[in-house]
Amino acid sequence: MSAILSLQNVSKSFGALTVTDDVTFEVPRGQALGIIGPNGAGKSTLFNLITGNLAPDSGHISYDGRDVTRVPPMQRCLSGIGRSFQIPQPFDRLTVFENLLVSATHGRGRSEHEVEQDCAAVLERTELIKVANRASGTLTLLQRKRLELARAMATRPKLLLLDEIAGGLTEGECVALVDTIRAIHAEGVTIIWIEHVLHALNRVVERLLVLDFGRIIGIGEPDEIMASREVREIYLGIEV
Amino acid sequence: MAGYTVTTRTRASQIAAAFALVLLIVAILLPAFASRSLIQDLFFILTMLTLAQYWNLLAGYGGLVSVGQQAFVGFGAYSLFGGAILWGLNPIAGLLLAGVAALIIAVPTAFFAFRLQGAYFAIGTWVVAEVVRLSVAQWKAVGGGTGTSLPRDARDAMWGAEWIEIAFDTRSSAARDILAYWLALLLAVATIGGIYWFLRTKRGLALAALRDNVEAARSVGVDSERMKWVVFLVAAFGTGIAGGLIFLQNGRISPDSAFSVIDWTAFVIFIVVIGGIGTIEGPILGVLIFFGLQTLLADFGSWYLMVLGGLGIVVMLFAPGGLWGLLSDRTGLRLFPIQRRLERRATIEENSDG
Repeated sequence: MSAILSLQNVSKSFGALTVTDDVTFEVPRGQALGIIGPNGAGKSTLFNLITGNLAPDSGHISYDGRDVTRVPPMQRCLSGIGRSFQIPQPFDRLTVFENLLVSATHGRGRSEHEVEQDCAAVLERTELIKVANRASGTLTLLQRKRLELARAMATRPKLLLLDEIAGGLTEGECVALVDTIRAIHAEGVTIIWIEHVLHALNRVVERLLVLDFGRIIGIGEPDEIMASREVREIYLGIEV
Repeated sequence: MAGYTVTTRTRASQIAAAFALVLLIVAILLPAFASRSLIQDLFFILTMLTLAQYWNLLAGYGGLVSVGQQAFVGFGAYSLFGGAILWGLNPIAGLLLAGVAALIIAVPTAFFAFRLQGAYFAIGTWVVAEVVRLSVAQWKAVGGGTGTSLPRDARDAMWGAEWIEIAFDTRSSAARDILAYWLALLLAVATIGGIYWFLRTKRGLALAALRDNVEAARSVGVDSERMKWVVFLVAAFGTGIAGGLIFLQNGRISPDSAFSVIDWTAFVIFIVVIGGIGTIEGPILGVLIFFGLQTLLADFGSWYLMVLGGLGIVVMLFAPGGLWGLLSDRTGLRLFPIQRRLERRATIEENSDG
């Protein structure tokens, strides 16, 4: 299986603080990879490096067989990298439908007319169709999280980055969201998902990556990773 | 699946469109029966409205809070005067020159100012405006620091003025006011119409997305840099024409009046902020309130500015969306519909059957 995304010796520092420390890993096409780690481990920074919102100090990032280390976020989006933000960032004064229109037209380089039905379809599968004409600033947390997912989906991503999309949701809300994500994954979309809600993550991902102080301290099968001593000590705080 | 349609029209917008058309016709015919002072007041309102719409496009949509728009007003106006004095250019054609000249200095200004963020951008644009003012004050041909008047033959040569003089049987100075008023009306309508058209396109939608959240807009493929350039250059062009027109009507220009940060930026910001930033309706409401206050407080000297400042602060604190924001939030009223609403085709068919 060819890798859709590969990071080679990627490092990023903010002043004296190294937030991404010599990170190397690959994500095979079609896989769902979970990323866990304590707060401040550099998970979101890693996403920003992949989407191009941040430039690495050293190392290389390639996507779909192409070096994208210096490619701006806009072009990365056009080539199929979609993301959701940890704290939902809707276009507040636009409606839910318009939020999707922006991402479908600009993220895919299409006209509004070409993507209208598509956007409606994404709203249906993310259960947002009922609030399609509501200003997105008025949505509930679950709806905002769904909008993050829907807006990313509207760009028709090949690689979908989800940043703590299940955080703050109730049990029932979480289950419904996970079902939607599973369905998206089943269509062949590669997913990288940062999440603290491990049971949600474990229902989707095939591989787990553990980050601590910007370093990868484990990557592999979820069961294997969760059983490893180092992970249990650092991440779960269990003394072994 | 499928079976959805998208519409922007609302009932209020259709009524507003009809009303606007009537208003426009009245405005065009107004000089036939209105007093000269009313025409002058309306000229002032229309030019301030135009400046406010461009500043709103910049700051309200593009996130570019410029306090240096007087650079474009002043340089545009001076170009018109320079063209008339040096080359004998007809002032009406000079209006186009004013826009182009403003556009030309906007390019290096943008190169410089786009490197700055937030408050630094604002200060940077102000610095540029001061530099332009000081440079123009050295230009002896247009009167240096003391300024100059529009030459008499240039004034008399204004296209259309003679026709108005005969048609309305009026003095030539009043005829020039009428001409300036019509041009201001044309400029304001073209500005509002142009912005409205743009906001209904896919790029306009992206601009509204940028207004709400820059980072998210970039992550879904919006080219924020290009959008900033487009908005900045368009605003400079329009602001330059408005500047040319204001001083064409005035007949006299000086660096202090043409590059006044109070007149061409502070008042404009006030109009946009109290009216409602980030909407087309906001500046329209804002300019009416501004004009009302100015008339009301004309005799109170510097108290007038303090009242404006105080009111601006109160609105910013308690109604960040401005008075139009307050109104449209309560009533859902929108005069310029740009919102795309998704509707199920089936329900529309039911409606049209009945």
